Amino acid sequence: MSLKAFHIVFVAASVILMAFLSGWSFLAYQETHSTEYLVWSLCAASSVVGLVIYGRFFLRKLRNISFL
Amino acid sequence: MEIPYTYKARPDTGLYNAKVGIWLFLASEIMLFGALFSAYILLRVSAPVGFWPDVALAWPRGLLNIPIGTFNTAVLITSSVTVVLAWAALKMNNFARFRVYMVITVLCAFAFLGIKSFEYNDKFSHYVIRLQDGKALTGHIEVDGKHPRFWNFSDQWSVAKLAEQKVAKIKVEMDPERDVHGHVKAHGSHDHEVREVAVSDIVFMGSYTPATHPFFAVYFLITALHGLHVLGGALVLGYFAFPGAKMWKSNPEQFINRIEVGGLFWHFVDLVWIFLFPVVYLL
Repeated sequence: MSLKAFHIVFVAASVILMAFLSGWSFLAYQETHSTEYLVWSLCAASSVVGLVIYGRFFLRKLRNISFL
Repeated sequence: MEIPYTYKARPDTGLYNAKVGIWLFLASEIMLFGALFSAYILLRVSAPVGFWPDVALAWPRGLLNIPIGTFNTAVLITSSVTVVLAWAALKMNNFARFRVYMVITVLCAFAFLGIKSFEYNDKFSHYVIRLQDGKALTGHIEVDGKHPRFWNFSDQWSVAKLAEQKVAKIKVEMDPERDVHGHVKAHGSHDHEVREVAVSDIVFMGSYTPATHPFFAVYFLITALHGLHVLGGALVLGYFAFPGAKMWKSNPEQFINRIEVGGLFWHFVDLVWIFLFPVVYLL
């Protein structure tokens, strides 16, 4: 597996982590009603979007490099 | 005799030697960290039910600083992006851009370690104190006007040491109240209240260090081992960015391969953190 392929795996894992963090923070907000957790949840959700956009950019930029 | 396939791919596997080597090494690393993660999970699921510190060996929740942990996660994700862009820059024959990305990667690594040492320092001066009446307090302590420090291991306090040094009272800056999930309550009854505690009332005291609770033992073991990997990776990538970069002129193909192998290791180290962060900080 090349660095390109491993990077895609890494970005996918980061997306899952940030989605989890967003959900976790939202549940914490529902329990505590602390706005910090709500802000945290929104930040994590926006980083999910950012990482997906970055992933697409990365794939386009390195389209000529092998996955092996 | 020249060793074959040091930079050309073997025709049968499509891989050069170093790539096979790094993946074998990473497989052994997965077993190492996998064993430690398993230890963490087994200790956690076998811990007594209850709310720490009220129940002495219950699994603590919410003790780690989530904003700091998240920031460190962002730092490592950024470093993974820059290391792969450094490799891509070399593939596109742009050495100057490679060096810029590599320097950013190494700076991210040292930023991560700096932030982690700040967290460690906080834990070494953070104590759980059990009193004669059965109550447990947690917070940062002050003995004779001084806070214990991370780098000074002789600055760790116990009931016996306080008695030996004839300290009659200590100050405890109380932690904010937490619910059963470890979330800080919006307005606790004793947010950052400073209490004076008589040493004669203390049954047990211990800092947030490995000897105090299995959580801290496994937390420090895994994060310190991960930190050593970050340090090792940063040194190797720093070497590639400066003294090792002369290979770019003599054998650019092999140099690009070296950066790829270094980048694979760096991604592995960052991926370990991607798993470590939710397990230790959030769950």
